[in-house]
Amino acid sequence: MSLLEGILLALNQIRAQKLKSFFAVLGVIIGTMFLITVVSVVEGMNRYMEEDFAGAIYGLNTITLSREPEISFSSDPDVYREYRRRPRITFQDADAIRAGLTVPALVAVESYSGGNMVSELGIEIENVWLTGASADLLRIRDMDIEQGRGFTAPEDRAGVPVIVLGAETASTLFGSLDPIGRSVKVRGATFRVIGVMKKQGSLFGMSMDNRALAPARSPMGRLVNPQGIVDRVLVKPFETDDMAQAQIDIEAIMRVRHKLRGAEDNDFAIETAAESMSFWENIRKILMIAFPGLVSIALVVGGIVIMNIMLVSVTERTREIGIRKALGARRRDIHVQVLVESATLSLLGALLGIAVGVVLAQIVQALSPLPAAIAPVWMGVSVMMGVSVGVIAGLYPAARAARLDPVVALRAE
Amino acid sequence: MSTPVIRTQGLTKEYVLGAETVRALRDVDLTIERNEYIAIMGPSGSGKSTFMNLIGCLDTPTAGQYWLDGTPVSGLVDDELARIRNHYIGFVFQTFNLLPRATALHNVELPLIYAGISKKERIERAVDVLEKVGLGDRMEHKPSELSGGQRQRVAVARALVNRPSLLLADEPTGNLDSKTSTDIMALFDELHAGGQTIMVVTHEHDIALHAHRTVTLRDGIIETDVTNDRALAAAGSAPAR
Repeated sequence: MSLLEGILLALNQIRAQKLKSFFAVLGVIIGTMFLITVVSVVEGMNRYMEEDFAGAIYGLNTITLSREPEISFSSDPDVYREYRRRPRITFQDADAIRAGLTVPALVAVESYSGGNMVSELGIEIENVWLTGASADLLRIRDMDIEQGRGFTAPEDRAGVPVIVLGAETASTLFGSLDPIGRSVKVRGATFRVIGVMKKQGSLFGMSMDNRALAPARSPMGRLVNPQGIVDRVLVKPFETDDMAQAQIDIEAIMRVRHKLRGAEDNDFAIETAAESMSFWENIRKILMIAFPGLVSIALVVGGIVIMNIMLVSVTERTREIGIRKALGARRRDIHVQVLVESATLSLLGALLGIAVGVVLAQIVQALSPLPAAIAPVWMGVSVMMGVSVGVIAGLYPAARAARLDPVVALRAE
Repeated sequence: MSTPVIRTQGLTKEYVLGAETVRALRDVDLTIERNEYIAIMGPSGSGKSTFMNLIGCLDTPTAGQYWLDGTPVSGLVDDELARIRNHYIGFVFQTFNLLPRATALHNVELPLIYAGISKKERIERAVDVLEKVGLGDRMEHKPSELSGGQRQRVAVARALVNRPSLLLADEPTGNLDSKTSTDIMALFDELHAGGQTIMVVTHEHDIALHAHRTVTLRDGIIETDVTNDRALAAAGSAPAR
């Protein structure tokens, strides 16, 4: 009997007992479903972290100097107390870095805050992401201007109250009117709109387009931070190869400025996108090891259920097996028939699980800010696991069926 | 003279039941020539089922020799016996023993599947033999959609599809009414006339009378072995003994 015939026979058998077959593979379905869903979400997160998140927070090939790490997972309150005792980063720090770097690089300061904004038309928006920055920030962060222009270094140095709006902010404040040349007010300070940024989309469900960017030394600087203080200094070397050297330079400059002695720890944080990914890599590694482990427990249970159902099925079909043996079926024929049936059953379960898992991943993606990326490799893994579980679960029932004595089997009811 | 289809020498089967050993069959010597039509009779407990299982290679003897179509089969193991059954024996059972979910055609095709014959040839041969037993128009029917007589015809077709040396029927009319029984026995007569060697195990005299030779078993030994004159007269030929 060929494998194909065996599979067709198995499908017939499964079709004849749909409900029983379904319950037999429920464990496999659920195991596979969760595997695919979780792996898809984790992979989606991963892609997101690599492509968008790290880039958005730190910028690609950019070194960030700040008082404390941008992302910290420490649960120790002492750590945070120590962070708060650290000196703030200042414009002078940025100037010192710009002067002291040994490699060519863009240097910019940046500070964030949130606040309301009112247009000259009297329309108000709440919670706009306000940024005070150097002119080079636009280049470091790859922020493209859709309309108008970005501000210049001379405008920054002079503290000219000009502002670049996010796409969403501009359209809300001015509707279909041309915003260029019009004015907006932020906490009483008036700015002249000179540009509108290109649409950026959202990050974890938060809009990246409801924002405004003004020179750090304009009134915006005072609105987002105390005078002379900045959130961070961004350094982007012209050559990616200079990243390491630039980091060394920044650390040396800052240690001198903060008068740290040899043994003292840095009281500032120097981070890059690549480094920030390490925390996520750790989470991902744990998930990718732990989750398949949990799933394999589900599959073991699923396998035991399949084995039991196959044992019942073989017992129910004792007479059929007797007939087949009388007509010339060898042990191997019966063995293969039962194994193929068990493997086919389990494979169908796995396929069903994959289908449900993919749908579930899409639902998770639609209903939450978590992105999902279906990994074809894991589908392959699921299919192989399904077949393996079926074959392993079928071994004992198959051996029992193959060993049946035809005389006894033919007498069975 | 050609090789006998069946030759047994001292064929013995013992069962161990607890401390007791039951000798179901003792030193049975029997030779069946090609194209013989033989009935095995005997009351229950006479050993005729045991004898049939041994002749059908479903079971192995405790002692003695058995040659099927010249091949010694008494020493063979499970899988070898399966091959022998597949090639040399066609079974017809009292309870038909068809696969309930398979069509008549698939049931008949079954022995050929285990013989490793290609799909195309299988279908051809199964269709051929189903037509021969008069079921050319019932091939896609399942056993539940067929009458008792038709089911037994499917079973006969299945038994014949491998062109066996021996057609071995165990109470073939046991589950059929008298009209249908007559039809089935007429089919057997026809097959015998076509050259088929047939062994029928039965306890019904009417059925045994179709055979040309009747062997009666009692307590595991051959009690009588007689030629059946009436059947011979009806067939108008001499037995090939």
